[in-house]
Amino acid sequence: MTAPLLQVDDLHVRFPVAGGGLLGKGRRTLHAVNGISFELAKGECLSIVGESGCGKSTTALSILGLQEPTEGMIRYRGKPLTGAGAPNRIDRAKAVQMVFQDPYASLNPRQSVRTSLAAPLRLHGISNGSEVEGRIEAMLKNVGLTPEQARRYPHEFSGGQRQRIGIARALILEPEIVVLDEPVSALDVSVRAQIINLLLDLQEKLGLSYLMISHDLSVVEHMSDRVLVMYFGEIVEEGRWQHIFQTPTHPYTRRLIAAIPDPDARQPLGGCQENSANAAVSAGGQVQDVFSPPTRSELVEIAPQHWMRFAAAAQ
Amino acid sequence: MTMPLLDIRDLRLSVPLGRFALHPLLKGVSFQIMPGEAYGLVGESGSGKSVTSLAVMGLLKKPLAVTGGQILFKGQNLLALPMREMRRLRGNRIAMIFQEPMTALNPLSTVGRQIAEMFVLHQGKSWGEAEKLAVESLGNVRVPNPDRRAKNYPHQMSGGLRQRVMIAMALACGPDLLIADEPTTALDVTVQAEVLRLIKELCAARGTAVLFISHDLGVIASICQRVGVMYSGCLVEENETRALFDSPRHEYTRGLLGALPRLGSRSEQGRQRLVDIDSIIADRSKLTESRFITPRELEGSQP
Repeated sequence: MTAPLLQVDDLHVRFPVAGGGLLGKGRRTLHAVNGISFELAKGECLSIVGESGCGKSTTALSILGLQEPTEGMIRYRGKPLTGAGAPNRIDRAKAVQMVFQDPYASLNPRQSVRTSLAAPLRLHGISNGSEVEGRIEAMLKNVGLTPEQARRYPHEFSGGQRQRIGIARALILEPEIVVLDEPVSALDVSVRAQIINLLLDLQEKLGLSYLMISHDLSVVEHMSDRVLVMYFGEIVEEGRWQHIFQTPTHPYTRRLIAAIPDPDARQPLGGCQENSANAAVSAGGQVQDVFSPPTRSELVEIAPQHWMRFAAAAQ
Repeated sequence: MTMPLLDIRDLRLSVPLGRFALHPLLKGVSFQIMPGEAYGLVGESGSGKSVTSLAVMGLLKKPLAVTGGQILFKGQNLLALPMREMRRLRGNRIAMIFQEPMTALNPLSTVGRQIAEMFVLHQGKSWGEAEKLAVESLGNVRVPNPDRRAKNYPHQMSGGLRQRVMIAMALACGPDLLIADEPTTALDVTVQAEVLRLIKELCAARGTAVLFISHDLGVIASICQRVGVMYSGCLVEENETRALFDSPRHEYTRGLLGALPRLGSRSEQGRQRLVDIDSIIADRSKLTESRFITPRELEGSQP
């Protein structure tokens, strides 16, 4: 078996929160990510799902090097991506790139498409004019835009076209891993299908690995090979997409799936509690608190490659 | 036969283009909502669903102008109503929930006071009484600790709670019609499910009719009895919700349904490619001229 492309090992991210007295006494710590481990294989699409605040974005930021982990290790092709021996941002950019959620906010309105796409190339020492032009042209074609559109500015494009530019910018350095943060949730329904199809085509064509963050489970089901369900900083269930969507086991996963309004569902929305904050759906049935250290619990393999978290006492 | 609560007849809206030309936004939209019924409008951005709701509320701003048609609410044409009369209806008989609960609430006033204002303005209550009623309405939308929460400012609440406050405010005077314009788009899935359920239960209990606007077909399916599909200022298809999703007739409706990844539709062998609406509708300009499909027509064609 080949080594995984990306390996996240016992990742913890904690934030000190303002408050408490002198000398930081009584200062509280927010446990955003509590010891998560997973691997991403070449050519795979792995999705992280969960509610806002469950730590999925923090995990992605750590992989991108935008958030230093408090504990744990992230490895890319066996080499550390964080801590001592980590590559600088320039080198890291060739491994991992990101496509942002909002194509209206993530493009510089004062830069033409060409300038946006040329900047990363120039930073990586590709300054030969014809090579830069060639790569920009090829990339625009890849994402379904025409080379003539490179002269234009973001405001001249629609939301879907802007997202295509965002994808082109992420791919121009030929990274192996692309982090997709809610890549279609800001787009109109009719455009969503186009962008989803484009992402799947590019994955196949360029052999990309996707780490997708989303709370839109129907998109996740459509695109993913494997799914991680996060809840309060922990992975509560992990498995191939069939496991998560056909035989969801953890109560939280079931609740997430039941909460999706679906045109085909013949019964009313179910599974949601009166108040999500009070819903006792964490491992062992107790309410989680982001300020308390994690409870002892472990992931157990309940079927081949299908993992679920149980409270340690229950085992 | 009972009279429809809201009867929109051939509504036309335009925005001026230069000095002489008019660009049509709504090209003759007609539909009816019966008392207590939940009616959904779906369509992509720019299809005209939000301006339709703003026209009903009388909130259209210049340069948008109604160029034809009628909006009959309980038989009364809202478009011909003087501003004072309209103000009496708005918030009282017709209420609205907006998409963004952060921008729709006043950040400088407590939520209790904002809800209380409804009772003071429309029911002539004193502020003291109104504030008690506000706490009660917060309880009705299942905000925990309503008496404490009433003293909160909007920024002290989460998105889900703020949307509950919006619902409490909208339903405060027991309106006959509630207009909900994408009320859950900004919310998390689990919170969305709770808010939808709340709207559904409260409106069913009080007999409030709902005009629900969304681009999310799943949300519409879970809340509405009838659906109208809008495209480019026209209503292109209208049917009972179940029938519309099971057997869409208009090519645009079919495209819209095929463009969505549906939960449970991915098979073991692989995924189906999503339909690209632009590829099946080669000529979008032709589409709007094609005819509107009504349930009656459906019955005629399929005996």
